[in-house]
Amino acid sequence: MYGKGLRPLSIATVVMWAITLSLVFFYAPIEADQGFLQKIFYLHVPLAIIALCGYVIGGIFAILHLRKDDPRWDAYSYVSIHISVIFTVGGLLTGAIWAKGSWGHWWVWNEPTLVSFLIVFLLYATYYPFRYAIEDRQRQARYASVFAITAGAFVPLNFLAVRASASLVHPRVFATAEGGLPTSMLVTFLCALVSMGLLWATLVKFELSAKSAQGQLKRLRRALDAPVGPPSSRIAPEVQ
Amino acid sequence: MTPSRTAFAAILAKDLRAELRTLQSLPAMALFAVSSYVIFRFGLNHSHLSGALASGVLWVTLLFAAVLGINRLFVAEREEGGFDAIRLAPIDRSVLFTAKVAALIIYLALLELIAVPIFALFFLNSAASLPPLIIVLVLADIGLAATGTLISSMAVNSRARDLLVPLVLLPLVIPLMIAATAATEPLMLLGGVSYHRFGTWLMVLGLYDLIFALLGYAVFDFLLED
Repeated sequence: MYGKGLRPLSIATVVMWAITLSLVFFYAPIEADQGFLQKIFYLHVPLAIIALCGYVIGGIFAILHLRKDDPRWDAYSYVSIHISVIFTVGGLLTGAIWAKGSWGHWWVWNEPTLVSFLIVFLLYATYYPFRYAIEDRQRQARYASVFAITAGAFVPLNFLAVRASASLVHPRVFATAEGGLPTSMLVTFLCALVSMGLLWATLVKFELSAKSAQGQLKRLRRALDAPVGPPSSRIAPEVQ
Repeated sequence: MTPSRTAFAAILAKDLRAELRTLQSLPAMALFAVSSYVIFRFGLNHSHLSGALASGVLWVTLLFAAVLGINRLFVAEREEGGFDAIRLAPIDRSVLFTAKVAALIIYLALLELIAVPIFALFFLNSAASLPPLIIVLVLADIGLAATGTLISSMAVNSRARDLLVPLVLLPLVIPLMIAATAATEPLMLLGGVSYHRFGTWLMVLGLYDLIFALLGYAVFDFLLED
């Protein structure tokens, strides 16, 4: 049931990415200060923004799960967080590459956004051991939802604290996307953001349908009461 | 007294009495803190600390000592069936949360009553930073108790009990530690007590306390359902 609409969504994602990449490489100007390296901006910033949005969405699904007590919302919440964690790793890696290129170090503690991002990643990375340490299925879903809500509230607070600890000492090196970008860059950036959002949605939908197909398969197997695995020769001779 | 308040007082009194009779958590926390100071003294090879180093040593020690207590916070409930009793009792379940937070705040305050003067005795040149430090300690204790109680109540019902509290709690309290260490650092400068951005950091601490206390209170109901 989750597979419905997966194909048009995937096609839209591929088309959007083709447009975005051609914009990035052929339309957006080369930045005077940083040169070609600056183009990683179109990958790094959307990855980070979409990952954070994904965490918030995961938290909202978790609230819905606690309110409605429907395990479907828990699956949504889990998959949202799962894909966002992957995006966060991507954001951290691209951030490290950018930092190496423009400041000469793989990791810079003075950049509050990067540090906040690491802390958010560290917290969400504990979602998996936390979730799978609880055996009872219903309790697992409920606790995971509480975690998702708590972590969702943690994200903005963390950004505030890290920003406050660095703001007076170190000036922001990069202007944010809204601040003083030329139109061509802004258009490319918005395109990249939309593509990344579509990619996130596609991956979420894909994992959900894969998970539900897996679950259905397991249920069918159990219903058939057949031994799991490849057709075994042990049964066949008996039939013949 | 309303039923909730009676229940709150009963659970809190039960916890404190149990701790007083068994002395399971507090002495361990205090001993751990003192041992950590000795390790820091040799690990850093400093016999006197000031500024950022002093505030870092103090807060890392207090946090890790607190984790010991937080780990054990719900063990009695789990082993002796206290959770079932709370579920059966005709009271609001969030009372368990508030009572446990209060108990944890008291444990932390007692721990700090022992560990902070010893810290000053071991490492600091003057005790002038201690009075303003009390405000920071109180605000950090509230936040630590709120998040600690929430995580502990979930971890105790899992397979990997002792592992989950440090694992999940440490990233969760990073903002709290940023604010607490940043507020403490100027208090412990060599040149005397300074209040550089003290108010800002107290506000961050207060905001953290408010958010996680309300959040814990709101979601705790769901943790007791079964």
